[in-house]
Amino acid sequence: MRVVIAEDLALLRDGLIRLLEAHEFTVVAAVESGPQLRDALVEHRPDVAVVDVRLPPTFTDEGLQAAIEARGQVPGLPILVLSQHVEQLYARELLSDDRGAVGYLLKDRVFDVGQFLDAVRRVAEGGTAMDPAVISQLLAKHGDEGPMASLTPREQEVLGEMAEGRSNSAIAGRLFITEKAVSKHINNIFTKLDLPPSGDDSRRVRAVLAWLNNN
Amino acid sequence: MIRADRPAATGRLYLLAWSLLLVALAATGVVLLALFSVAMVLTAIWIGLPIAVMLTPLIRSLADTCRRVLGQFLDEGPIPSPYSPLPQGTFPARIRAVFTDPGTWRDMAWLLFNGTVGAVVALMPAVLVGHAVYQTLYATVLWRVVPDLYGLPVENQTEAFVALVPAVIELALFWRATPALLRLYARMSRWLLAPTEKARLHARVEHLATSRADTIDAQASEVRRIERDLHDGAQARLVALGMSLGMAEELLSQDPDTARRLLTEAREATRQALDELRDLVRGIHPPVLVERGLDGAVRALAVSQQLPIDVDIDLPGRAPDPVESAAYFAVAEVLTNAVKHSGAGRAWVRITHVAGRLMILVGDDGRGGAEESGGSGLRGIRRRLDSFDGTMNIVSPAGGPTIVTMELPCALSSPKTWPSSATG
Repeated sequence: MRVVIAEDLALLRDGLIRLLEAHEFTVVAAVESGPQLRDALVEHRPDVAVVDVRLPPTFTDEGLQAAIEARGQVPGLPILVLSQHVEQLYARELLSDDRGAVGYLLKDRVFDVGQFLDAVRRVAEGGTAMDPAVISQLLAKHGDEGPMASLTPREQEVLGEMAEGRSNSAIAGRLFITEKAVSKHINNIFTKLDLPPSGDDSRRVRAVLAWLNNN
Repeated sequence: MIRADRPAATGRLYLLAWSLLLVALAATGVVLLALFSVAMVLTAIWIGLPIAVMLTPLIRSLADTCRRVLGQFLDEGPIPSPYSPLPQGTFPARIRAVFTDPGTWRDMAWLLFNGTVGAVVALMPAVLVGHAVYQTLYATVLWRVVPDLYGLPVENQTEAFVALVPAVIELALFWRATPALLRLYARMSRWLLAPTEKARLHARVEHLATSRADTIDAQASEVRRIERDLHDGAQARLVALGMSLGMAEELLSQDPDTARRLLTEAREATRQALDELRDLVRGIHPPVLVERGLDGAVRALAVSQQLPIDVDIDLPGRAPDPVESAAYFAVAEVLTNAVKHSGAGRAWVRITHVAGRLMILVGDDGRGGAEESGGSGLRGIRRRLDSFDGTMNIVSPAGGPTIVTMELPCALSSPKTWPSSATG
């Protein structure tokens, strides 16, 4: 899989390159600024890009802006955004084109190599990878009011896992239940939140995220 | 506001009433001045001092009433008060404060002026109307009783009607001149009632000294808090991390299972250290403020709250960093209060830049009753704003809504060209 990396700190950039190359990814470009990232994304059209939010020369959210812009030019270009902090606003902006193939994770998530690589692959395949911090904030926002309150604790757990972008089998593995139980929970969630049923994993995740964002 | 929102005729009557009130205040002032003078004489036998100290608050409140009233005629706010605050302390301290405050002596000058020239000017409208009324009565009834109009013999009704001529002139004069007279009176009074430039600067220096001391205190305790958080948090975790890694290195060949467990612990310690650093950084200067400026940061803040928050920001440029930071934390604190305590169903934030000031309005539809004394949060905001010469005003009647207005003087830099965003 061909990857573009954008990270301005050499230490982290080298770490990411080493990590990804050790797991059969090919890093086609590793850049360190916003303008370079814009060029690299359009030139290489990678299978997935791993992008730091804050990049030179402005040290503002240049990486995020470059990513959103590139997705405007190349719709659905898979991008995984990494940051030292998570903002609901950024997550919302990344998800707003409703094409999937986006991820937004805290840099700490790289520590868990297996899960991080899983997230990179998921995004490359058109799925979603949202940081647990984003999801837990979204869930907390709904608190114990509205339709969210009608979900059982187990269903809320499943909803959280699903919103992060995991597939049924991954959820089943993490919660130690069968895939069949997972899909039953998911059907209940969709009924209770009044969402149209969908067989497509990634479309389903987007529907849930849109619901959480807008309600 | 006294003139604009009333029809002309009632407006003039209203002004007439005000002028009579001002005359009454001037008369009160004369009495107070006389008492104060007596007190001055009696200082020779000490007894005058307590009397003077007791009279001073009365004189000041009279002067302050006039400052408020006269401010209306000048179409500006109330005339500012020039006094240094009276100390609550010992009697000698209060005596010293009364006698060393130039405001006290300027008040005496004002009372003297107000009781003489001022009273005459303020009395003019009433004199004009009063005399016109007398002339009218004379022309219709009184000439029969006193057939003599200022030396001219009056023999019949036709001749008596001549008395109406001055009445008409006087009424016309009253009509034309009353607003100008009151403004003249107000301007003359302002000259003595308003603080002198020296007093104004003195008050300003005092305010700056206090707010600077507060700012330094707040910053010092902030730095201490950061030091403590780093020392007990991230630093301690890095030490633990180093220990776990060292032990894992030692055990790697003999006991790989324990080594793996230690490595997992090390990873967890790193994650926790990062969490703590993240919280700390957010409290010092939120990263989103660096990345998006005040506009984006407040929007990000609004999105993450549990209430629906309506955000309307219209800033043609960026405020200086410290101002943005103060404004952001102020909005965050007020919103936190709204979410936690007000029971509001929604809240709103408006930020604009008007006449060299950043104007921030945060409101909620909750139950109101928010008070600055209620928590250290709002007081902290005031202190923070104070160091930028900013102000905060809380309106929160019981039953709501709560509206907090904050103003920060600042210039905006020319707008940065932000990379365009697909989502705007």
